[in-house]
Amino acid sequence: MSVKEEAVPMPQQSPSDRVENFDEVPLGYDEEAAQEEAERCLQCDPAPCIEGCPVEIDIPTFIDQIRGGKFQESIDTIKESNNLPAICGRVCPQEEQCQEVCTLGENFEPVSIGRLERFAAEWEGEHGSVDNTVKGSRDGKIAIVGSGPAGLTAASDLRKLGYEVTVFEQFHQPGGVLVYGIPEFRLPNKVVESEVENLKEMGVEIETNTVVGRLFTVDDLLEGNRVDEYDAVFLGTGAGLPYFLDLPGENLNGIYSANEFLTRVNLMRAFKFPEYDTPVKIGSRVATIGGGNVAMDSARTALRLGADSSMVIYRRSEAEMPARDEEIDHAKEEGIDFRVLRNPTRFKGNGGRVEKIGCVEMELGEPDDSGRPRPIPIEGSEFDIPVDNVIIAIGNSPHPLIPRTTDGLKTGDRGTIETGSSGRTTRKGVWAGGDIVTGAATVIRAMGAGKTAASDIHKWLSNGDTWE
Amino acid sequence: MKKIVKKTKVGKGVWEYDIDAPLIAEASKPGQFVIIRLHEKGERIPITIADSDVDRGTITIVVQSAGKSTMELNRDYSQGDKIHDLAGPLGNPSEIENYGKVVLIGGGVGIALIYPVAKALQEAGNYVISIIGAQSADKLFYQDKIGQVSDEVLVTTDDGTAGREGFTSDAYKDVLEKEEIDRSWAIGPVIMMKVCQEVAEEYDTELIVSLNTIMVDGTGMCGGCRVEVNGKAEFACVDGPEFPGSAVDFEVLTQRTETYKEEEECALEEYLEDEKR
Repeated sequence: MSVKEEAVPMPQQSPSDRVENFDEVPLGYDEEAAQEEAERCLQCDPAPCIEGCPVEIDIPTFIDQIRGGKFQESIDTIKESNNLPAICGRVCPQEEQCQEVCTLGENFEPVSIGRLERFAAEWEGEHGSVDNTVKGSRDGKIAIVGSGPAGLTAASDLRKLGYEVTVFEQFHQPGGVLVYGIPEFRLPNKVVESEVENLKEMGVEIETNTVVGRLFTVDDLLEGNRVDEYDAVFLGTGAGLPYFLDLPGENLNGIYSANEFLTRVNLMRAFKFPEYDTPVKIGSRVATIGGGNVAMDSARTALRLGADSSMVIYRRSEAEMPARDEEIDHAKEEGIDFRVLRNPTRFKGNGGRVEKIGCVEMELGEPDDSGRPRPIPIEGSEFDIPVDNVIIAIGNSPHPLIPRTTDGLKTGDRGTIETGSSGRTTRKGVWAGGDIVTGAATVIRAMGAGKTAASDIHKWLSNGDTWE
Repeated sequence: MKKIVKKTKVGKGVWEYDIDAPLIAEASKPGQFVIIRLHEKGERIPITIADSDVDRGTITIVVQSAGKSTMELNRDYSQGDKIHDLAGPLGNPSEIENYGKVVLIGGGVGIALIYPVAKALQEAGNYVISIIGAQSADKLFYQDKIGQVSDEVLVTTDDGTAGREGFTSDAYKDVLEKEEIDRSWAIGPVIMMKVCQEVAEEYDTELIVSLNTIMVDGTGMCGGCRVEVNGKAEFACVDGPEFPGSAVDFEVLTQRTETYKEEEECALEEYLEDEKR
């Protein structure tokens, strides 16, 4: 039997069309394309892809079910391990996980596992029967703080086991970074909304506009002080505080953190101002500082808001960029201007608004602590880039409110909460997972942490073992 | 959804709202704020909590029509209506202790905001002098209420239609000329706080200012509210909203407050046009 060397391509919006709208870029497989791609799977046993998946989806089985046209069965298989397939199929870095270890990938293009996962999730949305009823109930009330990927996953797993689950979210809409951070053209908010609806149908309570740490504390939740008493608390509060560069002129008007810029556009729908009340101000020349997915998201969003030129400034070379290859490729197709080996040194303005970025050229030296070559400024290479806006996308630090207001919670150097491998913190009855523990990472890692913690919460509540 | 249980006009273009929010009422402390979003297309705006009533389970906010959202609330929302989203309390509370003799300066809608701080400071044993100011007598409000929590009240209006003609900073200067003050607070328009800080500097006394900057989330995530304090960027929402006036760069603050001036005008125009239709 011969295998097709190349993956079945996914239709997508052309670059010239898509920069004019906020609609999704890849359009998804239809049944025929999905079945054709599924044919390429070698059905390895043992399957390296399962080990490559942070939540260990039974990948060969769900692909085989797609191949045989058993689409409902395929989504059921995925959902045994992953409650948010429509999200993961879109934003997981499959090329570093399941697809990286795909046997087919040794010689050819690996199987497009992510695309197939997305297909199964979309098929269910259109044709499938989603049964959200939870059978049986179990004693135990669990509070989840934060409704991002870690929190939603933990909530789902615990509710399925029959526990009473309440999710507290500080924004007016649940989803965390999935709704405020990741743009519509990568992950439409309606996909997240429908996953959240499923959770509600399962009986998960979601309390929005609830700032835990201010309105009440984690201690209040455990003691039932002013609020219901909970037997366990899971913290999935993410890494939401933007880093700035700490350079002169950084507070000039026209300079945004990526968080502010993306939140205005994604969550607050500023791209529809003045129909929506939240404005965003983007001029004709926009520079984004950083090389991760958030930088790509910001630069591409700026283009869609009408910028004539949108550039990415990164201090190392393209090879070291932490963004997914797919995001870099999409950005390039859309005409994002990559200025690599450049680093800003100051921002210059006029009348309070930013006008220029003072930059210096960089070269790569010996590897640093991160294992990547250290960027070194080239003396005398200073130059200016004229800009109307700057978006700073150099990362986020963990939210400090919960650690600061909770007794006995140990934190690390960068403000992350310290946990054991099962997510237990130093405070009895409190688990944590996702970016609040690891620092900014990926959606699927956060989901994995939510799953691990959920299973340990179940273990602890049913066996009552000692807290270590 | 949070219900407006009482709406009262307190001055020209200034309305007071009691909102049903029992948990916030219990948790809130003087100096903290809430973020409200009126409806599904609304923006998130920070509004300082003017009072809370634990028994009735309400918080009080005072809103002056300034931009689109504040005008929309004041015009279109009545007693019994619901505000789509309300989150809080946010920000650090005022540092309340017995300092001795204190001055509280409230300008415009800031008059409402000094009320809870004055109340707490008086309860802590301070001798409280309140200075309240507005453009004209019709925009002045809360005189009696401020009187109940102050040992002295001084009133100023820009046009002299009530109290001393002039600015709150002029009255502040009069006070500092006469007596030793241990600590002062100024809450109001940026320009008022800036001038009050200049006066405080002249008399070498400590002034605290409360900054109501542009915010999206109000919990430290956007950085839109960043201000320069002692030459370093700080977030008004989580590091403030109160800062020592001497440390604040008022020039940067003024600039940043005006970031969306054109958009704000555009939104307001659209809203007023819609109203007409």
